[in-house]
Amino acid sequence: MPIDNFMKMLLQMLEASAVTLELFALTLLFSLPLGLLVAFGRMSKRWYIQWPVRFYLLIMRGTPLILQLVFFYFGLNALFPINRFVAAVVAFALNYAAYFAEIYRGGIEAIPDGQREAAQVLGFTRAQTFGHILLPQVIKNILPAMGNEFMVLVKDTALAQAIGVMELFRLAFNITSREFTILPIFVAGLFYLIMNALVSKGFSIAEKKMGYYR
Amino acid sequence: MPILEAAALEKSFGGNQVLRDISFEVNQGEVLSVIGPSGSGKSTLLRCVTLLETIDGGRIAYGDLTMAENNEAGRAVYSASPVLQQIRRRFGLVFQNFNLFPHFTVLRNLTEAPVRVLGTPRGEAEERALALLDKVGLSGRETAYPCELSGGQQQRVAIARALNMQPDILFFDEPTSALDPELTGEILKVIRGLADEHMTMVIVTHEMSFARDVSDRVLFMDGGVIVEQGDPRQVIEHPLNERTRAFLSRFHQE
Repeated sequence: MPIDNFMKMLLQMLEASAVTLELFALTLLFSLPLGLLVAFGRMSKRWYIQWPVRFYLLIMRGTPLILQLVFFYFGLNALFPINRFVAAVVAFALNYAAYFAEIYRGGIEAIPDGQREAAQVLGFTRAQTFGHILLPQVIKNILPAMGNEFMVLVKDTALAQAIGVMELFRLAFNITSREFTILPIFVAGLFYLIMNALVSKGFSIAEKKMGYYR
Repeated sequence: MPILEAAALEKSFGGNQVLRDISFEVNQGEVLSVIGPSGSGKSTLLRCVTLLETIDGGRIAYGDLTMAENNEAGRAVYSASPVLQQIRRRFGLVFQNFNLFPHFTVLRNLTEAPVRVLGTPRGEAEERALALLDKVGLSGRETAYPCELSGGQQQRVAIARALNMQPDILFFDEPTSALDPELTGEILKVIRGLADEHMTMVIVTHEMSFARDVSDRVLFMDGGVIVEQGDPRQVIEHPLNERTRAFLSRFHQE
């Protein structure tokens, strides 16, 4: 591949990486808080909250993400015109919220009852107990599992090509089939690797930061 | 008016009745020890008067504040939550397993609740915290995290944490049971110091000689009932009841 063609390809791939990163960031923005809400629903003692949430968790974790993407895109499109990228964010956020919810739940249930009891006896409200006493410990507990999930998400963004989102993988694939060279696919692989190396580094820094106590 | 008044408490877990017709009072400056075999209901009793468990029947009051009392049907009804929150400010509880907040320093363990719950200015809460740490023999450790402390030190921090809320009455739930025998002395010494200052306390304990020496009154429980109560020397040295005698015979042999 001539050098100026290669530079042009790199530029296009950087642009497509921006789409990938946007999808990654927006998914987290919505699914991290939504997952916490779902986790509370899953732990609710009220059956009319817990059962629908369990059903939601089963659907989201029990069917392929690529199927959900197609389902949301065409399903929502039947109701009102929807942008491909927006549909992808909706599907990703709903899917990842389910996984995050179960990670949160595990993290919350791992905290000894004594922590909640001590906070209650000292007069903390339920919101204060969760925000100041439990949540910081939950975050420490779930960091390794969250690191996994974040890295999977970086790679899963490639599935958005199923509904025509021009992200990093789709672009590389298009160039590869047009120019008969696997170089773009190889470069795309490097890009994903760099992104995940950064994610991984971020988490190891966070774990170190939270390591000041046991 | 007694600091704590409990009358005719009833409590069951499923079909298993763990407290039957429990009545007692704790007056200002009094130290009450609760002794009895495992499963006798001592800890449940403590958890009921500290709002960690709910009673099925009976009455609990802290001074002029009623926590719960029977309705016409004889079922305990709890007061509204603002009242319960006010009651929580009157007592402190020291747990068997300390339950310090691991992500806070020793100092923050002592100041977090006064600042957030009572609205005490941070400077004032810290000043009192440092004085309390000095009192329990831990001055200089305020920046340590709980995991850096021994069990005995953690329990002393837990006592200081409870005291920094300036409670009217302090409960201890087997405060030395999770500790190595050589560390129990330091805890008992702190509690003895509090007794000398006439802190009102209820202590659930297996340390018989400690209970005898430090308390004004001893309450022996077995099978969910108060079997015997009275002067510590009398209950522990010369128990009247057969069950008390059987329980204490092990202690007297040692």
